[in-house]
Amino acid sequence: MESIRKLIQVIATLLSNGYFLFPQTRNIYQGPMKVLCSPGLNCYSCPASTTYCPIGAIQQLLLGVRFSFETGSYFFSSYVVGSIGLIATLTGRLSCGWLCPFGLIQELLHKLPFGKKREVYQPLRYVKYFMLIAFVFLFPLLLTNDWGMGKPWFCKYVCPAGTLEAGLPMLLLQPDLRATLGYLFYNKLFWMIFFLVWSVSTSRPFCKTTCPLGAFYGFFNKFSLFKLDLIESRCTDCGNCAKVCPMGIQFNKAIGSSECIMCMRCLREGCEFGAIHLTCGNVSLTANRRIAGKKQVTL
Amino acid sequence: MKTNKNRSTIGKLTIISFVFFLSLFLFGVNVKEPKRVLEQAWNICLDCIGIG
Repeated sequence: MESIRKLIQVIATLLSNGYFLFPQTRNIYQGPMKVLCSPGLNCYSCPASTTYCPIGAIQQLLLGVRFSFETGSYFFSSYVVGSIGLIATLTGRLSCGWLCPFGLIQELLHKLPFGKKREVYQPLRYVKYFMLIAFVFLFPLLLTNDWGMGKPWFCKYVCPAGTLEAGLPMLLLQPDLRATLGYLFYNKLFWMIFFLVWSVSTSRPFCKTTCPLGAFYGFFNKFSLFKLDLIESRCTDCGNCAKVCPMGIQFNKAIGSSECIMCMRCLREGCEFGAIHLTCGNVSLTANRRIAGKKQVTL
Repeated sequence: MKTNKNRSTIGKLTIISFVFFLSLFLFGVNVKEPKRVLEQAWNICLDCIGIG
């Protein structure tokens, strides 16, 4: 199951970064597919990117919302928020575990056999909600210059995915840009290195503490169409689900937790009693599965 | 234990959420926001990548 998930993560990364002509054109993809929303955090200024990043798009639309309203356009990111809202309603935070390129990078780094593996300091998990509300919505909308234009705060000051996937590649492809490097770039470079190094010791630190897209998707984990659920009569509270969880949660004590990325490792590798199952609506999709090659477990 | 009432409430929330975001999405399409998103995504956002 885990190898299938890795394969899907790689395919999703290649699909959302499938413009392989960029070394020739030395520019980003400018085709019609960029009207599609990337389900994971994937910078649309990445030269290979074929989709738009919802977090970047929301900020870009909100920072110019006054100008948009003055010209009668009414662009306030309804299309973008609608897109990620539909993804979240259907699958909760599943995109984080299966489709996000930056999540894949963090997971691969965490496999490196260096240092002691640690968990994040719990209160840091709330930073991502601040990022979503303040850096993605409020600051671009409210903190404006003399012309009424805001800034893309999260992309400009924080996003490590943007530096890794777009900033560094664009500097290689367009050497003229190097003359414009300054404090902004070095700040972003710092955050990129910080999160990549942190990923070696801690599983998915950016997803746990800072990702605004994960924070948004997480709100829907309790009532998304596809979700993980617990058959309480089968649960022995053994804690095996917590041992395999990359997000550091014990499923039976946090059903529908906004931290769960639905990687399903608890379901396949952790629980020996078939207590955790995937549901679509109220219909169980996995409750009758075989457990570790033993007997058929039925509801 | 989860009661049928809880399940029904959760089911209603899923439907309400779906209808709300679908409406938002369609409103965006109606005001031609996808065209604006496309225009933005076609340009390199120097601010966004920490340059400029």
